[in-house]
Amino acid sequence: MNAVLQYTVQGLAAGSFYALAALGLAVIFGVLGVVNFAHGAFYMLGAVAAAVLLDTVGMSLWLALIVVPVLMLVFGMLVERLLVRWLLPLDPLYNLLLTFGLTLLLVDLVKRRYGVSGLPYDRPDALDGRVQVAGIGLPVYQLFVIGVALLVCLGVWLLMTRTRVGMIVRAATERPELAGALGINVGRWVTPVFGFGVALAGLAGVLAAPFRAITAEMGSDFIIILFAVVVIGGLGSIVGAVVGGFLVGLVEAFGQAYAPTFAQVLIFVLMAVVVLARPAGLFGREEATA
Amino acid sequence: MNKPRNARAAALIAGLTAGALVTAACGAGGPSASGGDFTDDKVVLALLNDASGVYKDVSGPNSKIAIQMAIDDYKEKYGDEAVVDDIEVTSADHQNEPDIANTKAQELYDREGADIILDVPTSSAALAVATQAKNKKKLYMNIGAGTTELTGAQCNKYTFHYAYDTWMLANGTGTVVTEEGDKNWQLIYPDYAFGQDMVKSFTGAIEAGGGKVGGTIATPFPNDNFATYITKAGAAKPQVIGTMHAGGDLINLVKQYNESGLKDQGISLAVGLMFISDIHSLGVEAFEGTIFTDAWYWNFDDKSREWADRYMEETGDRPTYAHAGNYSAALQYLEAVQAAGTDDADKVVEELEGKKVDDMFLRNGEIRAEDHRVIHDVYLARVKGPADVEEDWDYEEIIKTIPAEKAFRPAAESGCSM
Repeated sequence: MNAVLQYTVQGLAAGSFYALAALGLAVIFGVLGVVNFAHGAFYMLGAVAAAVLLDTVGMSLWLALIVVPVLMLVFGMLVERLLVRWLLPLDPLYNLLLTFGLTLLLVDLVKRRYGVSGLPYDRPDALDGRVQVAGIGLPVYQLFVIGVALLVCLGVWLLMTRTRVGMIVRAATERPELAGALGINVGRWVTPVFGFGVALAGLAGVLAAPFRAITAEMGSDFIIILFAVVVIGGLGSIVGAVVGGFLVGLVEAFGQAYAPTFAQVLIFVLMAVVVLARPAGLFGREEATA
Repeated sequence: MNKPRNARAAALIAGLTAGALVTAACGAGGPSASGGDFTDDKVVLALLNDASGVYKDVSGPNSKIAIQMAIDDYKEKYGDEAVVDDIEVTSADHQNEPDIANTKAQELYDREGADIILDVPTSSAALAVATQAKNKKKLYMNIGAGTTELTGAQCNKYTFHYAYDTWMLANGTGTVVTEEGDKNWQLIYPDYAFGQDMVKSFTGAIEAGGGKVGGTIATPFPNDNFATYITKAGAAKPQVIGTMHAGGDLINLVKQYNESGLKDQGISLAVGLMFISDIHSLGVEAFEGTIFTDAWYWNFDDKSREWADRYMEETGDRPTYAHAGNYSAALQYLEAVQAAGTDDADKVVEELEGKKVDDMFLRNGEIRAEDHRVIHDVYLARVKGPADVEEDWDYEEIIKTIPAEKAFRPAAESGCSM
């Protein structure tokens, strides 16, 4: 029982990174129709930025959690304006290739500048240690990660359902032609939405910094799992991305615990089963894909 | 925007991308002949290693500088007496892929006139190059790879193995830690050739020291989430958890081990393979108290330190034992060329075999004739706490010297026949 609780927390903590990043991937896909292959690289940049800011100006994790996503938002908007935008009218394959190329470029630039061994990162003392729950010590940091992820996901959900901006974005996601026909300027929202998605990947990276090896390659495997997450949740579905993220985190943790050799395969087995049973993913709309 | 079609295409692309990341290829080599005193009137040393990937900081391009230092030292030592004036160093990136290593080795030997290939980390790539060395009858000194196969079943006349191997790591860390009282082990390892080889070696060493391996846990490679594996290993209440991971995976694992609280419960961490560059990147705090086997340490004594100072002037960093090993291998090769008066591989091998050597890297060294294992003293090291670090890169406390003849697998057990 103790072990099950520990595995659950570990699974949800890993799932938090997936959920946040997948959320970014989902909004970008929803509004732009772009499969952003560079999302793993943006996650990596978030972690590297946190480490570099700590090393050079002593910026703590608390501040980095706000500053880095803002920087990534600006960076994402620039990427959209300068690169992604030009390929939007073409087949989505072009932007997949563009973002794939961007990944290679970003990874190599980081390698060139910061080497391959990784960067050190110290988190604030307040997040060290463990809290006792039902007689077992759970790491404070993992609980913190889960808390932040849930808050952000809730915030995004409120933004999408309770605000005018959210309504426009959802309308643009679900019925772009109709939204346009009703006089909503969908194009206006493309740049900020892309930046916002990138910022979410950056935020996941900052949260991962104290917990994961900060290397240029850290996003390379992450993006593969992330694709599995969005396929499971339903491409473009915001709820699906979050549920899929946490679900994959849990599958990974319990897989590691009870079938270590198959831990990673299980994620893709889950993906295959979901695709067979519900081709549009758990929360995808059938009519959108069929 | 045609949404429905795009969505389906994108979903398909994402799914396919997620699934397909495997490549495989194969190459073959043929023999070639060499003769005369010096082919092309020069000696070419070729560095073949990972110039851009995970092992770049462990050895990488900086080993080329180390080899150049060996060439300079050779020229300075012999001056006009040197049997050859024109000595070049060239390098290639094998990206840790055996098939690329195989192709590059042929290119280096055939087209670039390499007389010797040095380094070659990643065991599978290392073995591919050994085959080429055998086919082409050209020298090959491996520094960067861990597999004992190079001096075991797959040994050959032209292949020498420097610095370390899995037997030496397991014997150092496994035996000594067990003998000092931590008898109950759990092993976590990456599920590929190196990890499996390490687990076999460690289990043997731990049992020989009177300990036992309570369980082994295989993890995917590469992997970034080890939290549950560590919890599982800790649940068995061992005295020590041994990890066979390297590079970024090791850093992930150490971060998550520190997170797990096992340290406070008295469950310590022993690392199978670690380089000083790993400690440098993550900081001593994260690794404090970790025990590992080191083939050489830059701050060991005046002789090693003097060389490390020169190296630092050139590169700005302190050397790992792979850098120092590349220097020593290049130097000993050139000494053998000097003695043989030719770059003819067979004659140089004759000079090398059985030679007893002492340089800044090899202490009580011997180039064993039976299996071409280069043996030397190795060290059991403990990572210092932040308070004990006196300067940058001053991270290790040497707690034990393991004498050369005990540090490596006895030649009789190697299974090598040339």
